[in-house]
Amino acid sequence: METTKATTPIDSKISVRNLNFYYGKFHALKAINLEIEKNKVTAFIGPSGCGKSTLLRTFNRMFELYPEQRATGEVLLDGQNVLEASQDVALLRAKVGMVFQKPTPFPMSIYDNIAFGIKLFENLNRSDMDDRVEWALRQAALWGEVKDKLTQSGSGLSGGQQQRLCIARGIAIKPEVLLLDEPCSALDPISTAKIEELISELKKDYTVVIVTHNMQQAARCSDYTAYMYLGDLVEFGTTENVFFKPTRKETEDYITGRFG
Amino acid sequence: MTKYQKRKWVNGVALTLSLSAMAFGLFWLAWILWEIIRLGVGGLSVAVFTEMTPAPNDAGGLANAIYGSGVMVLLATFVGTPIGIFAGIYLAEFGEKTWLGSITRFVNDILLSAPSIVIGLFIYTLVVARFKSFSAIAGVLALALIVIPVVIRTTENMLRLVPNALREAAYALGTPQRKVILSITLRSARAGVVTGILLAVARIAGETAPLLFTALSNQFWSSDITQPMASLPVTIFKFAMSPYENWQKLAWAGVFIITMFVLGLNVLARWMTRTK
Repeated sequence: METTKATTPIDSKISVRNLNFYYGKFHALKAINLEIEKNKVTAFIGPSGCGKSTLLRTFNRMFELYPEQRATGEVLLDGQNVLEASQDVALLRAKVGMVFQKPTPFPMSIYDNIAFGIKLFENLNRSDMDDRVEWALRQAALWGEVKDKLTQSGSGLSGGQQQRLCIARGIAIKPEVLLLDEPCSALDPISTAKIEELISELKKDYTVVIVTHNMQQAARCSDYTAYMYLGDLVEFGTTENVFFKPTRKETEDYITGRFG
Repeated sequence: MTKYQKRKWVNGVALTLSLSAMAFGLFWLAWILWEIIRLGVGGLSVAVFTEMTPAPNDAGGLANAIYGSGVMVLLATFVGTPIGIFAGIYLAEFGEKTWLGSITRFVNDILLSAPSIVIGLFIYTLVVARFKSFSAIAGVLALALIVIPVVIRTTENMLRLVPNALREAAYALGTPQRKVILSITLRSARAGVVTGILLAVARIAGETAPLLFTALSNQFWSSDITQPMASLPVTIFKFAMSPYENWQKLAWAGVFIITMFVLGLNVLARWMTRTK
């Protein structure tokens, strides 16, 4: 399907070119073309099953954990096709961090949750590691709440704190892109507000892509919005245009709540 | 009678039936435990733990049998646990839908419910008959064969309870598979895995049949694992069947020791899974 009124971003971090995705025989993404601008927040919206999470999971090749899933086409990160077999998956995931729907603290202390990923790629001495852990927790706006209990288990935190811990864990390995897969759907409104505030802070340093069911959330914290339906990218543009001047009737119906 | 009254009546009948079923079961359990304590405590003395199994109508204790049981249970756990954990990891993390996984799971289920006397006879023909000697090693192998399927089953089940989201989160950081399994999945399942090991230990501590054909027994102290070795269950079997009063008393003391050990392990296992 032709994507209408795609105002091509100037400085793109990720370019999706003719991407198709299959769950076994099911054709889940149909010839997607999309540009994700550097240091901006791009939101994917659309009804359940439209392929927005699937699209997100091609950016760090998460789908490869499941043998029946495959993608064809190109996902260019700084011009390099990450779907190529020669791309090292661990290094790709170090560059493209991901936060999931449900908070997933590892079964270890708050400190070790952050240090875990760093140790995979770097050998830091104790004080450098301390600094990095503090930096990551500060970036995720969690330092103040946990600085006195770094040795306690990460699962003892509240849901919102756990989710920020997961964001800190992703940030700690200094990625360039952060993928957020419905990061607030399991959280209360206050925690959600904190994460949204955090997202607009994070885009200064990272390119952020967020999948969300919540249209107000997309409107509040994204610069670009992609509306997807049944595996097609129906409309893509600046969030303002998609929400206030949608060019396609399907988008308008979804956004105004007549459908979805 | 209205529909609501009838529902309450049926509920009352069902509740009464299940309560009496529980009381029936508990009655026998409590009686067994009471008899073990009554007769077992009477047979207990310092000599039970310090002296060797005696001749009929002679004074003595169970020291060699307690030692033998301890050694064989410990060694069998050391042999069986790693194999069980690794096989459990394979089944849960790699072989979920493969034919090798399905066959392994099926064979393991058979092994899990195999009568222990069959395992004893198997080791008898494989080890004892070949080397023409009963030995503690053969006993250890037979007990290990009982430990392995229990540990495989609990490890696999516990790993499966770990949410997939946790694995994905670890992979999303660029973690290699080996580290995801050892540092994340196995670690979050560790309370359950350890519980499985404890229950396996409790199971083999009381096994008699696999030892009868393998480690046999020994009247005297022996720490040579290539020789026959005494164990509590086999000694109890031998002493309880005898007409000698001192042997019968020691058998009750042995029963008491095993029961308390197994009870303790079960309580520990419950406590471990509760304080997760």
